[in-house]
Amino acid sequence: MDATAAKLLGAGLAAIGMGIAALGVGNVFAAFLEGALRNPGAADGQQGRLFIGFAGAELLGLLAFVTMIILVFVA
Amino acid sequence: MAAEGGKIDPMHQFLIEPVLGQRWVVGGYDLSFTNSALWMVITLVTLWLFMLGGMKRELVPGRWQAAVEGFTGFVQNMLTSNVGPEGKRFVPYVFSLFMFILFANILGLMPVGIVPGWHPFTITSHLTVTGVLAIISFSIVLIVGFGKHGFHFFSLFVPHGTPVLMIPLIFVVELLSFLVRPFSLGLRLFVAMTAGHILLKVLAAFVINGLNMGVGYAAIISLPSLVLMIGITLLELLVAAIQAYVFALLTSVYLNDAVNLH
Repeated sequence: MDATAAKLLGAGLAAIGMGIAALGVGNVFAAFLEGALRNPGAADGQQGRLFIGFAGAELLGLLAFVTMIILVFVA
Repeated sequence: MAAEGGKIDPMHQFLIEPVLGQRWVVGGYDLSFTNSALWMVITLVTLWLFMLGGMKRELVPGRWQAAVEGFTGFVQNMLTSNVGPEGKRFVPYVFSLFMFILFANILGLMPVGIVPGWHPFTITSHLTVTGVLAIISFSIVLIVGFGKHGFHFFSLFVPHGTPVLMIPLIFVVELLSFLVRPFSLGLRLFVAMTAGHILLKVLAAFVINGLNMGVGYAAIISLPSLVLMIGITLLELLVAAIQAYVFALLTSVYLNDAVNLH
């Protein structure tokens, strides 16, 4: 396999990571909504934690994106 | 721009180039006034006008003053709920950080391109800018932490109730997770902005290329792409606000670690 093909395949594989991070972000908000509907009174106080969880899950998807960009444009 | 000769070039929008056409090199360093610097100035002026119009101290706030007070109240609330009463000291810093990132993100999405010769530039889509913001946040955390607690600050890396056997391992893990914070903070903002703008540019190139290929292609390519682009633009506005919020929120969470040590 020549190097360009391997690079592009790697970039494509990195895109899987972004899809999985999407699952993670969806999971964060789904769990929050589930809890918030059971106890709406406590929901507002937990929004900060919601976004911390969101940021953590999102970061891993963004890292996959960085890997992809580096493979396509830099490496 | 992106669709010259039918080739899609989504990275061109991130190119930093001198605005006035010529480089100004002093002692081996390129000090030209670039489009990045220009948009930082624009962000600053917009922010300044926004604050100046709203800082009025009227007893019954008008709309503008209410908007400014909404932002300050939001940041103050975020700090008091995360850091506690001592968080009030950090309101000026976190407020400037939040407003600068928010305005920079939103100004980068503005359709300035319809004015000939102008290109919108998102300053937060560069790791140099977001990295410096992250380093400032991290330095403040270190200065506050070491200034307030001295070397006791290292107890941050050993949570309460850790078994003695585990302390060496936990210390290394916590230290690593602490040291990686500025990188994750800067990288998150930079990549979120870059990814959104690349996506928008690729879709815009689809619209233009479809239009150039004739009516049939325009109907099946350009129209759906344009509709999708409108949706993505709205999503990007949301992301612009969320990323500014997340940056400010994580800064205040890290400040909480420095002030209160778990």
